[in-house]
Amino acid sequence: MNFFKRFAQNRGALVGLVILGLVVVLALLAPLLYPDSPWRMVQRPFLAPGEVSGFWLGTDVMGRDVAAGLAHGAWVSLLIGLISTVVALAIGVPLGALAGYFGGKIDDALMRFTEFFQTIPNFALAIVLVAIMEPSTFSIVLAIAIVSWPPVARLVRGEFLSIKHREYVEAARLVGQTHRDIIIKQILPNTLSPVIVLASLMVATAILLESSLSFLGLGDPDTMSWGYMIGAARTVMRQAWWLSVIPGVAILLTVLALNLVGEGLDDALNPQLARAR
Amino acid sequence: MTLLSSVTGRLTAAALSLAVALPAVAQETPQSGGVANVAIQPEPPGLMLPLVQNAPTQRVAGNIFEGLLRYDADLKPMPQLATSWEISDDGLAYTFHLHPDVIWHDGEAFSAADVVFSADVFLRETNPRTRAILDHVASIEAPDDETVVFTLKQPFPAFIQAFEVGTLPIVPKHLYEGTDFYHNPANNHPIGTGPFEFAKWDRGSVIELDKNPDYYEAGKPYLDKIYWHVIPDAASRAAAYENGTLNIMPAGSVENFDIPRLAEMDGSCMTEAGNEYFNPFAMLWLNNREGPTADKRFRQAVMYALDRDFARNVLWNGLGKVPNGPFSSTLAAHDDDLQPYPYDPDKAEELLDEMGYDGEPVRLLPLPYGETWTRWAEAVRQNLEDVGINIETESSDVAGWNQKISDWDYDIAFTYLFQYGDPSLGIARTYVSSNIAKGSPWNNVEGYENPEIDKLFADAAVENDADKRQAMYDQIQQTLHDDVPLAWIMELAQPTIYRCSVHDLITTGIGLNDGFKNAWIEQ
Repeated sequence: MNFFKRFAQNRGALVGLVILGLVVVLALLAPLLYPDSPWRMVQRPFLAPGEVSGFWLGTDVMGRDVAAGLAHGAWVSLLIGLISTVVALAIGVPLGALAGYFGGKIDDALMRFTEFFQTIPNFALAIVLVAIMEPSTFSIVLAIAIVSWPPVARLVRGEFLSIKHREYVEAARLVGQTHRDIIIKQILPNTLSPVIVLASLMVATAILLESSLSFLGLGDPDTMSWGYMIGAARTVMRQAWWLSVIPGVAILLTVLALNLVGEGLDDALNPQLARAR
Repeated sequence: MTLLSSVTGRLTAAALSLAVALPAVAQETPQSGGVANVAIQPEPPGLMLPLVQNAPTQRVAGNIFEGLLRYDADLKPMPQLATSWEISDDGLAYTFHLHPDVIWHDGEAFSAADVVFSADVFLRETNPRTRAILDHVASIEAPDDETVVFTLKQPFPAFIQAFEVGTLPIVPKHLYEGTDFYHNPANNHPIGTGPFEFAKWDRGSVIELDKNPDYYEAGKPYLDKIYWHVIPDAASRAAAYENGTLNIMPAGSVENFDIPRLAEMDGSCMTEAGNEYFNPFAMLWLNNREGPTADKRFRQAVMYALDRDFARNVLWNGLGKVPNGPFSSTLAAHDDDLQPYPYDPDKAEELLDEMGYDGEPVRLLPLPYGETWTRWAEAVRQNLEDVGINIETESSDVAGWNQKISDWDYDIAFTYLFQYGDPSLGIARTYVSSNIAKGSPWNNVEGYENPEIDKLFADAAVENDADKRQAMYDQIQQTLHDDVPLAWIMELAQPTIYRCSVHDLITTGIGLNDGFKNAWIEQ
């Protein structure tokens, strides 16, 4: 059975993939559907969804189009989720690989360093980092990456520990390959499947983190994001519940979709485990 | 006393246009006891009023500190630490007779020496606004323990309005003399003469003030305690008022869209009184020194680009007023003929093209005073981006905002300042070049320098002839209107919402900032 068939066997994963696809399409089409800035005040404030045609999700406290905000926010959420995950991988994978491969003192040193980050609650650390650096897209991506790389490092280290004594690695060592070649060409490709699964879940976590930061007013003040939309609408919950609920549902669906896709990837990449289930 | 009456006469005229009546004084006799639970938004950076002038500080610390005088809704002086006062016929000597039985919260006796120290030493060093007023003063003397005489260099008719607690708070000489004022340990536990004493401050949660049992006005204050609750979230504040945790919501603690709902609740009262002395005026600092904002055409473009009516109608729920120029419309010196900058994005773009604006990023620093101000910054950013200005919004807390503006580290920044009852008290400080000094967010931080304006403000302040003075103020308004040293965005309304069981909450034109010494709660 090939990869896609195995993936498709998990119905949830397919549903997730469809939702995720829709969100991606929405994000990509945002500049075409809503060429104007989502911050522009375009109609009366507090329009309920569908009250005025052309504003099918209504307007917010300042008369900004909620649908435009949702579309542009999708782009921001996905982008921040992806980039911060890539950055987290760029930190976590090399550290985990070095620790697992060399072991001994290097392992000790790198793992103590990793634990240092792991012992601080993720969200608290992210808040502190963003507050210190002043909120901007850059500082948010960096903060999310800094709080989310330790699990990657631990995972990669574990994989390296189990693989580094396999025969093909010993063989590579015997023929005189350098440490660098062994790490990059022999071991790393074989650790990728769990890392990919983890990464898909990390994107979901990153989107949640970004939303939480924006909700608290620590988002980039110049970008419209879902978390910001909920944060700004929170105080008008009683007058206009939909302003909080619509972006809330968007976050829920996207994060759910990513988790479902992650599970599907897990099944597809680890067929033995999937069959046993 | 003839001059005094003529001065007050002019002030009355100034205040008549306000036409805001104080709430009817309740007929019942005040009852002692009870606790005031007040929202304070945002949390003040400190409570040492003579050093920290943020609006929330003034609101809380007005209970701890006192000035020599208070002012009624017509801005007529009323006794406070001074029981009576005289102004000499030549308008040069102001003599104050102090209340004899005043003691500081730490038990030391209050005397005229404290007044001299506060005005002549402490505030001259620490408070730029008071310093500018005291520039008119040649000497401050205490002939005996209960008398203080201010001798002016030249007549300065507005001087009698400068003795309110936020402008000239009296600090304890025995704690501050010869110390580093900014790092004195007493700053963390302010000692005043006011009706309430500082008890404790749980940062981020509550500021607790206790009744001053030795207060010199017999029987007052009536309340046992005041709790100032720090609740950063507006929805939680509103809920706390609805469920009775809070019984007083000062201006700024209720989101504008929520005002009608809370005010119309059963047993809820609202007043716009208590604002007459201050005339809060919202502005955008425009850095006149560097960047695009240094160009007059850019600053004019900002004025044309702002949709101020939208901000008033949507963000402020129709409360407040769009100003036509630098002077609040409630001031007697206001020039009614000045044409306000209309909302005209095309004109703004034209001006930007003419100056050759190349899209250089311009930083915008919002005022971190709550949701309304955040939304307002978003609206302003959108207005400016619509005409092609490239805006980057910065974020900060109140202390960081103070810091950035004091260091002139901004391009465009939100603020609001009190204009007080006379241009020489509250407006000149923002425009005269002698008031350019790093370290304060309340002086001429935009860096506007114009010798003609300097001279006009200086002359107008000491001009005794009303017509001549008005001519000068008209000219000032016209010049500033053309130069746009900063953008004038709103004359703010300041509604207070409170439980109707709270009586005599606001009894002066200084409102809540004057302290709660008359307030009492119907049991």
